[in-house]
Amino acid sequence: MIPVLDTLSGQFSQVIWEKSHGQDVARVPVDDWYAFAEAARDHGFEVCADVTAVDWMRQRSDRFEVIANLLSMSLGVRLRMITSLGRHEPTVASLTPLWPGAGFAEREVYDMFGINFEGHFDLTRILMPDDWEGHPLRKDFGVGSVPVQFKASHQVD
Amino acid sequence: MGDGTKKEQTEILDLWVAGSEEPEFQPTDEGAQEIASEETRGRLDTQFGRVVDDDYLFDDDVAEDERMIVNMGPQHPSTHGVLRLQIELEGEIIRRSKPIIGYLHTGMEKTAEQLTFGQGPTNVTRMDYLAPFHGELAYSLAVETLLDIDVPPRAAAIRVLMTELNRVSSHLVALATNGMDIGALSMMIYGFRERESILAFFEKTTGLRMNHNYIRPGGVVVDLPPGWKDDVAAILVDLRQRFVKYDDMLKENPIWLSRTKGVGIISPEEAIAFSITGPALRAAGVDWDIRKAFPYSGIENYEFDVPTRENGDVYDRYRVRIDEMWESLKIVEQVMDVMPKGDFRVGDRKITPPPRARIDESMEALIHHFKLFTEGFKVPPGETYVAVESPRGELGCYLVSDGEANPYRMHTRAPSFYNLQSLPIAMADSLMADTVATIASMDPVMGDVDR
Repeated sequence: MIPVLDTLSGQFSQVIWEKSHGQDVARVPVDDWYAFAEAARDHGFEVCADVTAVDWMRQRSDRFEVIANLLSMSLGVRLRMITSLGRHEPTVASLTPLWPGAGFAEREVYDMFGINFEGHFDLTRILMPDDWEGHPLRKDFGVGSVPVQFKASHQVD
Repeated sequence: MGDGTKKEQTEILDLWVAGSEEPEFQPTDEGAQEIASEETRGRLDTQFGRVVDDDYLFDDDVAEDERMIVNMGPQHPSTHGVLRLQIELEGEIIRRSKPIIGYLHTGMEKTAEQLTFGQGPTNVTRMDYLAPFHGELAYSLAVETLLDIDVPPRAAAIRVLMTELNRVSSHLVALATNGMDIGALSMMIYGFRERESILAFFEKTTGLRMNHNYIRPGGVVVDLPPGWKDDVAAILVDLRQRFVKYDDMLKENPIWLSRTKGVGIISPEEAIAFSITGPALRAAGVDWDIRKAFPYSGIENYEFDVPTRENGDVYDRYRVRIDEMWESLKIVEQVMDVMPKGDFRVGDRKITPPPRARIDESMEALIHHFKLFTEGFKVPPGETYVAVESPRGELGCYLVSDGEANPYRMHTRAPSFYNLQSLPIAMADSLMADTVATIASMDPVMGDVDR
C-alpha cells in the first residue's frame, strides 16, 4: 500500500480497504464521508475527478452506493471512495466545500438517483427538466419505449 | 508628432487608431481625445477585459435597471450545440453567469444498461461525437479490465493510431469553431477541410466517418485496410504543411491576439479545484496528461511531450491544441514504423466473433457466432474505473457488472461536463463579446456534456 493510504487508514479505523482490479477502493461509512474526503484532500488528493452512484435495488440491503473518484496529480495515485446509503431518503454530505468541481456531478447524481447532498450550494436538477417526476437511473424507473409501426416493406423479387 | 517634451506628458490618441503602425498619421483635434498615455492603457485594458477584477462585490447602489439578465442559447449558433447561458450583465460587463444544460440529454447511461457488453461501443461512440474512438477505447478498456484480458499488440497499436489521429481531427474542429466564433472565417474553412482528410481515412478503415463502433472489447473489429501506410503518410505530410500555415495566419495576427490574449483566464488553482482536465488544464500550466500518468494501450512506448503554457487564457488554449496536434502526429509516425504483425483481436471466441469464413466450415464457430450476437458474453462481477486522455480531457468509464451479459451500471466521466463548470469563473467580469471566445476555447461537445 502506498504511504499516503497507510496514513489515511490509520486515521479512520472504520474504513474498509479493498483492491478492485488493481485500483484502491475505500469503503467509507456514510458518517465519515466528509471527514475522510477532507483528510484525503489534505494528504494530496487535490482533484475530485468524478462523483457517481449505483442503485443496487434488491441485491443489497443498502440500496444506493455513492462513489467518488479522487485523483492526486502530485503523487500520481487514484483512490475511489464508496459509501452505502439506505433506501429511505438517501442523504450524504456534499463534497463541494472541498472541491467545487463536484458541484455538477452531485447535481447529476441528485437528478438521476434522488440522492441528497447536504451542504450543496445549488442542488437542483441538471439534465432532466425541472418538473420531471422520478429519477431515471434508478432501477425501478422503466426504460419506456415508443411503439414502432412497421409498414409493408418494399418487395424485392 | 510635436516636440519631445510634450509627447512625454500627454499623447493625442484616437482610440480607433491606437496600435496603428502608420507614423505619418496626424489626428485632427476634431473627435480626438487628449488622455495621459498611462491612463489610456489602463482604460483600454479594462475595456478589452485584460484586467479582471475578481474581488467584485455586488454594489447595491447600482440601480436595478442597469443590471440585466440575458439568456444566451440554447439555439445560439456559437454555443456549439444546445448550451444555454444565463448571464447577468451590468452594461457590457458580465457579472454572473450560469450554464444550463440538459437539452441534449438522451439517457445514454440508462441505454447502456439495456445493451450487452458487445453492443456497448455503439452507444458510447455517440457521446463525444467529435472523439468517438476515445469513448469506445475507455469503454473497451473497462470491459477488458473486468474480464482480465489483454489485447494483442497489434490491436493496441491500432488503437493508439486511431485515437491519436482522432485527437488531431477533434482539435481541428476546435480550432475551426474557435476561429468561426471570433470571426476568423478562413480558419473555419481550413480546419474542416483538413479534418476531412482524416475522416476519409477513418471511413476507409471503419466504414463510417463518425460513430465508428470500431474499437470493441477484445481488440478492434477489422484490420487496417491495405495501403493504410500510404494514406497515413500522405495525411502526415499534408497536415504538417497546413499547421505551419495556421501559424502564419493566426499566431501573430493582431486581431486574433487582441481577441484571445488575456481573455477567459483560468488560474491553475481554479482549474484543479473545478476538476478541469485536458488542454484547458495544461494551458493553465499544470503538467498533467493521463497518457503519461496512467498509460494505456502501450502509449508509454512512444515518445511525445506534454505541451503546457502559463497564462490559461484563450490564446494559450489555442496554442496548446496546436502543440498537441504536432505531438500526436509524432506518435502516429512512430506507430506506423513499429506496427506489429499478428491478430487484431483476442483469439478467445467467447469474446470476439470467429472469422466469417470459419462459420461455413465449423459448427463450433457457428455456435460461437450465434451466441455472441444473441446473448453476448458474460462478464464476472466487479467494478472498475478506467480513464483515457480524450481531446477534451479525462474521459473515464466507471463500469459495474453483476455477472450478466449487460453492464449493471455504466457511467461516463465526461470531460466537457466538468470543463463547462468553469465557464462562470472564466467569464466573470469580462466583456459580453468575449463570451463566445471563452466558450469556444473550452471546446465543449454537448453530446458529451448531456449524454
